[in-house]
Amino acid sequence: MKISGAELFTQALKREGVKHLFGFPGGVVIPIFDVLFSEPEIRVILTRHEQGAVHAADGYARSTGRTGVCLVTSGPGATNTITGLATANFDAVPIVCFTGQVARKMIGNDAFQEADIVGISRPVTKHNYLVTDRKDLAKIIKQAFTLASSGKPGPVLVDLPVDILKEEGDSHYPESVTIRGYNPVTKGHPGQIKKTAHALGQARKPLFYVGGGIHISGAADIFRKIVEKTRVPVVSSLMGIGAFPSDHPKNLGMLGMHGTYAANMAVTHTDLLFAIGTRFDDRVTGDLSKFAPEARIIHIDIDPAAIARNVPVEIPIVGDARIILEQLYTLLKSPSIEDWLKQIVKWKEEHPLTFSQDGKRLAPEAVIKTISDVFPDAIISTEVGQNQMWAALYYNFHKPRTLLTSGGLGTMGYGFPAAIGAQIGNPDRTVIDIAGDGSIQMNIQELATAALNELPVIVAILNNGYLGMVRQWQELFFNRRYSSTCLQRGVNCPPNCDQKPGQVCPPYTPDFVKLAEAYRAIGMRVTRMEDVRPALKEAGKSKTKPVLIDFIVEREANVFPMVPAGVAINKMMFDKRAQE
Amino acid sequence: MNHIISLLVENHQGVLSRIAGLFSGRGYNLASITAGVTMDPEITRITLVCEGEDDVIDQIKKQLHKLIDIIKVIDLTDVPSLHRELALIKVKAKPDQRGEIFQVSDVFRAKVMDVSMDSMVLEVTGSPEKIDAFTSIIQPYHIQEIARSGLIAVERGKKQ
Repeated sequence: MKISGAELFTQALKREGVKHLFGFPGGVVIPIFDVLFSEPEIRVILTRHEQGAVHAADGYARSTGRTGVCLVTSGPGATNTITGLATANFDAVPIVCFTGQVARKMIGNDAFQEADIVGISRPVTKHNYLVTDRKDLAKIIKQAFTLASSGKPGPVLVDLPVDILKEEGDSHYPESVTIRGYNPVTKGHPGQIKKTAHALGQARKPLFYVGGGIHISGAADIFRKIVEKTRVPVVSSLMGIGAFPSDHPKNLGMLGMHGTYAANMAVTHTDLLFAIGTRFDDRVTGDLSKFAPEARIIHIDIDPAAIARNVPVEIPIVGDARIILEQLYTLLKSPSIEDWLKQIVKWKEEHPLTFSQDGKRLAPEAVIKTISDVFPDAIISTEVGQNQMWAALYYNFHKPRTLLTSGGLGTMGYGFPAAIGAQIGNPDRTVIDIAGDGSIQMNIQELATAALNELPVIVAILNNGYLGMVRQWQELFFNRRYSSTCLQRGVNCPPNCDQKPGQVCPPYTPDFVKLAEAYRAIGMRVTRMEDVRPALKEAGKSKTKPVLIDFIVEREANVFPMVPAGVAINKMMFDKRAQE
Repeated sequence: MNHIISLLVENHQGVLSRIAGLFSGRGYNLASITAGVTMDPEITRITLVCEGEDDVIDQIKKQLHKLIDIIKVIDLTDVPSLHRELALIKVKAKPDQRGEIFQVSDVFRAKVMDVSMDSMVLEVTGSPEKIDAFTSIIQPYHIQEIARSGLIAVERGKKQ
């Protein structure tokens, strides 16, 4: 039977089990949207911006483990996906993004809404395709889904010229495809695994360092068994949070620039650093020459290029974290590490996480701790900056795939559309976007998407009137010169603001409560600590409406501990006020 | 140190730009790149010459391997292999200078491809070092144009 390219596209999505498609139409993809109009099995979520569509697909994918799918038009529709694709590519999120393209005979002629999206997206995708022949369409879609979700996952873009969407052709969709240049290794080398077990048995100060690979491979359960068998403590990258329960006594928390004292001290003194599914990012390592200086390093990763890129690795193991940890489990014994465990307890007691409250405005850390109390099983997305770090440090994560955050690219505006995607994929869970007042405005238009799709996403804005993380750096390293970081700054403000915020500042713009109401969402404003819990409980009652809570927090609160960029990670700065 | 990396890649559109983009995007040094189809019309062989410390070369190979269209990455640097480059050189040559140029060309086994009233075109094949040596010898006659192919390489057969 002959069917159109657009019909084949829809059949292919159904064969891939796609139930949700995040998209935005335009001229050249009308043929697909036309088929989808009468397709009951695929729900189209119309976002208000293509970037929102990709982030939503990303949040859907991270929270469910299934591939997120989006569909946008050519030209600006396609270029608007780039930040979303780069975000997903950095954090290894499986997405298939379909873009429309002008008809084949028009390509290269600067046609209306033409963009070389395959060229533009090449460095920010795992792979991409321009379909140039109707007979290749099915095979390419199958390859795209295969590549996105296997090996180290990532976004794959498929560019679809409009004439191919209209062309009648074969309806066959293949069961599987082989790609001869692509054979990811999943099983670990047995010799390396034996060496690893031996090295861990010999170590006196061993430490696990886990990353996003634990979530992706589904290794959380076997990893927990290994920790309990060996009693070796754990530190985690931002992406690894949730891989191991935050409140487990063996968990020292996040390491790196805003890592805990115990985590950073443990890394600095460990004699065996066992890294799993993580890539030694500069925000983790600080000064590389002083990172884990006494340690032998074992590194498991599915991406060979991630191993030994930043630090020398003694025992590399390429493969899938879950499979390798299962291979390893029976070989492991508990090493004698009593002194080390005692030392770790000491570090934990020396500098637990602390923050100060001036009593006038809300402490952002206290707001997050209350969110953690009221919604212990939520899926949390974050924006980027202080809100992200406070969420990572103060929310008690205890399950995999519950923290959705742009770790690698650091994309402001990620959290809210990601929360929408997560809520679509997890209709029975509470989904909360922990946002800053700056970041939320980067994709605030998606309030319409959340409202019309009746998604009870909670947006907790920690409103300090600043681009807070940049302001923190300006305070600490640029002599408090708050250049372009005050979001209340108006045209009549003095050129060199006197740095005493809040005295004669213009009113905050926009009024988030009114904005929420304009979108037919629920808006609340909270200014006092005693109102935080009741407001969250009220928000939790909403079943069909998004809730936006404007928490007016202390303007100049900082994220601590902090290690300045490029400095050894045991050289931490603490909140002086909290220690007084 | 220069490394010679031979790639077998899918003969798909955009493969060269994926490789070139990898080098520019990650700040690697690419000295030359050549491409040509193999016996199998679906597979192209690409020969790269790149510069870098061992750890950088190691990353380059791993990153190349990650490209989906690349089927095989072979580092020929420390493998017995044959390396050749071809150059076409147009030199200024008055009729009375032709004899000298013929003689020099003979020593380097360069071929004279074209002779005109005031110039000659020479073809020379060999290692990049040989071509460098030839151009420096021929330089005094004034080189008007030069086109170098970039290096191609193939592994030697097994001796046993």
